[in-house]
Amino acid sequence: MSLAHDARVTVRPATMAQRPARAWPEVNNPAAWIVAVILLIMPLIANSFFLIEIFATTLILGTIALSLMFLAGYGGMVSLMQLTIAGFSAYMVAVFGVSANTNISLGWPWWLAVPMALTLATAFGTLGGALAVRTEGIYTIMITLAIGAAFYYFTNQNWAIFNGHTGINTVATPHFWGVNWRADIPFYYVVLAVAAFCYFAVEYLSRAPFGLALQGVRDNPRRMAALGFNVNAHRVAAYAFASFVAALAGVLQVWNYRQISPGSVSVGACIDILIIAVVGGITRPIGPFIGALIFVLLRTFALDFLVRLGLDGNRFRLLIGLGFLAIVFWSSDGVIGLWQRWRQRQGLNAPSSRGGRRHG
Amino acid sequence: MTRFVERHPAWALIVIIAVAIALWLIFAIWPPGLEEAIGRKRVFLNAVFNGITLGGLYFLVASGFTLIFGLMRNVNLAHGSLYLFGGYVGYAISASTGSWILSFIVAFILTAMVGVLLQVIVFRRMEGQDLRQTMVTIGLSIVFADLMLWACGGDFYQIQTPSWLIGPVDLPLITAIKSSGEPVYLRYPLVRLVIFAASVVIGAGMWLALNRTRIGMIIRAGVDDRDILAATGVRIQLVFVLVFAFGAGLAGIAGVVGGTFQSLSPGEDIRFLLASLVVVIVGGMGSIPGAALGALIIGLAEQLGSVYIPTYAIVVTFLIMVLVLAIRPQGLLARR
Repeated sequence: MSLAHDARVTVRPATMAQRPARAWPEVNNPAAWIVAVILLIMPLIANSFFLIEIFATTLILGTIALSLMFLAGYGGMVSLMQLTIAGFSAYMVAVFGVSANTNISLGWPWWLAVPMALTLATAFGTLGGALAVRTEGIYTIMITLAIGAAFYYFTNQNWAIFNGHTGINTVATPHFWGVNWRADIPFYYVVLAVAAFCYFAVEYLSRAPFGLALQGVRDNPRRMAALGFNVNAHRVAAYAFASFVAALAGVLQVWNYRQISPGSVSVGACIDILIIAVVGGITRPIGPFIGALIFVLLRTFALDFLVRLGLDGNRFRLLIGLGFLAIVFWSSDGVIGLWQRWRQRQGLNAPSSRGGRRHG
Repeated sequence: MTRFVERHPAWALIVIIAVAIALWLIFAIWPPGLEEAIGRKRVFLNAVFNGITLGGLYFLVASGFTLIFGLMRNVNLAHGSLYLFGGYVGYAISASTGSWILSFIVAFILTAMVGVLLQVIVFRRMEGQDLRQTMVTIGLSIVFADLMLWACGGDFYQIQTPSWLIGPVDLPLITAIKSSGEPVYLRYPLVRLVIFAASVVIGAGMWLALNRTRIGMIIRAGVDDRDILAATGVRIQLVFVLVFAFGAGLAGIAGVVGGTFQSLSPGEDIRFLLASLVVVIVGGMGSIPGAALGALIIGLAEQLGSVYIPTYAIVVTFLIMVLVLAIRPQGLLARR
């Protein structure tokens, strides 16, 4: 099988809609339907603080972590530069689009700036991936971390494009069809649509020929090479797809905060994405979103919670770090794994469809 | 050396020419045309010396990292935290007792003890699971960073340089000739030179210990094949603990050094983690001479870059890494 064939699948994941419905594990799962309905009617339930600060942020971070989950879970490549790619895409939106820093921003309309940002960020991520696939396993972590850190220091130093440590402020958000798409409710739906698109794209890819080959590459690269698969090309293609997902999330992120600065692409933030993915579970696409929800809830409420317990409220990162350590120590499959084990201990077998698609 | 020349004559020629140009730039008196083109020689020489001494500091951090990696296949991403911890300990000791030397000793011992605890409590329990160990070190680095922020706050600290090391010395390098015909010599801070000399001594000592002693032989055997080594009856766990303690202790010493010539603050841990990552990627993972070469290259690139192309300095460092990965993915001096 040539990669060209697979690559074509990656660029049009929308074809999944035409597949028979039974191919989707969610269809027979009532919990998935309930979650979908709750997400759709969320603006009726939640106030604007919860809608944007909790749920939209969760979905954006979850999408970035989803790209990491795709690489780590299906490709066996733990990349710490996914947030860097998202940040790069966010910077490109700010640089090509409209912002308060008129000496830097080129002032393109959003429908031109966003495709440009997506293209450049995908190219950036693919190049980084091409570099990272020259090595394996833990080396990949080191190299992608070095790329992420280099980008962070570069944005800090460079004033011509990235405006140094102050970053780019008041980035314009799209207005069209008479709707302000950054108003809380439309923005929530935009984020939800993008997150759902990425989620289903990953889910589809994991069962498409390309995804199966990628999982083969993860499990035994030598055998796949002997079977005639181009191992490195599959890995680079996986990076390209994951970069695109991360870039989409990056665009949403810059629209969400309306500004971008080196602080958003710091090494700590890169590691947060890894934490989100690992805490949620990197074996299934839903994991990153669960991890992101836990992370965002902790980040938002840990301060009040710790103060109420009579502790120092600023120790939220300590809490996150300890939680991450506990998860890594006791469950290699994140919260999902814990949940599944708990279900099994209760004597209830996990739905067969779940176990079946675990490895594609 | 001769094998390298025989196998890669073109590369050898390029290296020789580069070294010759570098030596000429350092020792010759620059013609006026050159000074006009790239600035004064004093600036250049200062950047070179800063780069070399910074390389010494990077070597101290990265050699511990690469030693631990080489033997235990454990990418210790908490290494930057050990560096910062050593720095804070050194600051506390030197501020309370006023002794610079004592701060090195205490920092070494305390960080080595942290290293022993890490190895015994954490890493021994998950031997052979590279990825999980790496994740654990990431978690630990977050926890350590926050604990240190809690204990020391977000201020900048600088360790007091002892009085006998304060002040510049004249080096026998001519930077310019005055109009009266009198040569002007380069003045450079003594403390940096002493620290660089110390890191060279430590590096040479490590090389000797690895290549000439029994424990060094065991460690080298462990790097090559630790299962067979364990099968021959060596108490491999003890060796692991010792190596981890030594590598962590080196990071602690480097923290004191870094606190003397630069400053200590939250975020320095990540900076030095990145530096040691790049150094060992460039030099070759698990190789001590590789760490030395990588540290020198990265230190020089960083300092020369920040003098001549200030806003793109970090890109130079990064490009070197990319270039090495493209040409020799295992690193410049790795044996694999």
